[in-house]
This record gives sequence, C-alpha cells and structure tokens, in this order.
Amino acid sequence: MPSRDEIFEKVRAALVDALGVDDEDVTPEATMVGDLGAESIDFLDIVFRLEKAFSIKIPRGELFPEDVLSSSEFVADGKVNEAGIAELKSRMPFADLSKFEANPSVQNFANTLTVEDMVRYVESKVAG
Amino acid sequence: MRWFWIDRFEEFVRGTQAVAIKNVSLAEEHLHDHFPGLPLMPNSLVVEGMAQTAGLLVADAIDFNRRVVLAKVAAATFHFDAEPGDTLRFEAGVLDLKPAGSLTKVTSRIGDQVQGEAELFFAHLEPGEGVPTLFSPEELLTWLDHLKIFEVGKDQEGKPLQRRDW
Repeated sequence: MPSRDEIFEKVRAALVDALGVDDEDVTPEATMVGDLGAESIDFLDIVFRLEKAFSIKIPRGELFPEDVLSSSEFVADGKVNEAGIAELKSRMPFADLSKFEANPSVQNFANTLTVEDMVRYVESKVAG
Repeated sequence: MRWFWIDRFEEFVRGTQAVAIKNVSLAEEHLHDHFPGLPLMPNSLVVEGMAQTAGLLVADAIDFNRRVVLAKVAAATFHFDAEPGDTLRFEAGVLDLKPAGSLTKVTSRIGDQVQGEAELFFAHLEPGEGVPTLFSPEELLTWLDHLKIFEVGKDQEGKPLQRRDW
C-alpha cells in the first residue's frame, strides 16, 4: 500500500492537471472550491484522474454526495438538517465536517472539502 | 444554420481514434473580421472542430445513448494560426471512457506541422439532465452521412460501421 506522502503527491498531481493550479497551491488545508477554484465539472475530471492514478473505482456521489444536498428530506430553507448532517457523516467518513456543522448552509458545503479530505478518501479506497 | 467545424472524417475507429479534416476558406465570413486585413481562424473555433471530432468518436462509442457535451478544455496549446487555404487535420484519441464522461486528446496538424494540441473532457448527460435535444435523429444521421463516417468508419475488429437505422 502506498504511503500517505505518496498518496498526497499523486492527488496533488491530479489536482494540478485537472484544475490548472500550481504545485504549491495544493496544500492539505486548501479547500477544493474556495482555494483551488474547482467547479462541479472538475469533480468528474478529478474522479477520472484519481481512478486512473490509483486504479480504484469511485462510484458517483461517493466523493461528493450531491444527492444529499438536493434532497428535500435533508435540506430545509437552504440548510442541511440534522438528519442530513448524519447522512453526510456516514457517507463521507473521510471528510472533516466540523466547520460545516457550525454553518450548514448548502452553499457553504462547497467550501468544506479540502485536499486533506481527498487524500483521506483515496487512502480509504486503496486500503479497501 | 448549424455549427459545423469539420468537413469530413478520413478515419474513424470506434471508441479508439478518429481523424477529421477542416478546410479553411476565405468564404467564411468570420475571417473577414478576424482580423480585417489579416484573416486567421480563431483557435477557439479550432477547439470546436477538435471537440466535434472527439465528441462524435465518444458519442458513437456509447451508442449515442447520452448527450455528449464538451464540459472542459483541460489543456490547450497552439503553436501557430490557421489561415485561409489551410487544411486542418484533427487527430483524436480516447484516453478514458466511462458512462458519465470521457477524456480525449486531440492534435491539430497543418501539413506535417503540429498546429495545436488539446485535452478535452466530455460529460455524458442523460436526457432530463438539463440539456435540450441537440439534433433530431434524422438531422444527426444526415450530418454523419455528410461527414462520411459510414464510408470510412470501422469497428474495433476492422469491420465497416453499419449505417444507423434511426
């Protein structure tokens, strides 16, 4: 199994290629949308590159559970409710959602996912 | 008017690679303004030609079941401009193909020189995902006929492509 550093380097390379950002911009704390400027279509591109780089399969909605954020069961008045937070936590065990919990507006979610979360996600996939 | 930026295919191997050509002509009105006294084919339109070449390659590979939309120009480099009288040769290859999208690489050549290179990412949208109908089946078939796709096209075993019966 690759080390965490090796995973980070490959994730960084994928993000540099997919987002056209510089190596040094891709730090563990950088947020995918706010800092690196990822748009929704970029996530599909990133998924492609990660699948190839690590020989893994990433089912739709696993890395970015868009279905939760657009569900009336989990969202009310533009905010994710408690059941939604619980769903996100169970679906995204790799992500640190503590900041998002403090202000769970759907708009805010885009700024939640960090490079570190991506690394943790890939780590869980290559371990599995 | 339709937005056609390739004239015909010269080679088409299902799901693998395709070569299309585009003849640049001073009869194209946009060249009169781009630029007055210096007609050059805008590279944004070269990208469109590349995307039509690669997009049809991908759409055919998934049996035209989804709408193939150019979602992202992941990278593009141009080395010089195309002028009236030039023949652009777009050589497209599939790097990755999945139900939800595809990544392709296209090289544009004029003669033996590489004019441009691009990595194009396509999203494959299901009907209902916010994309209107792009073509009626008859229109699409007519366009594919004009492009001579069924004359030069082959499947991966080298057998001629069958004309669709839409």
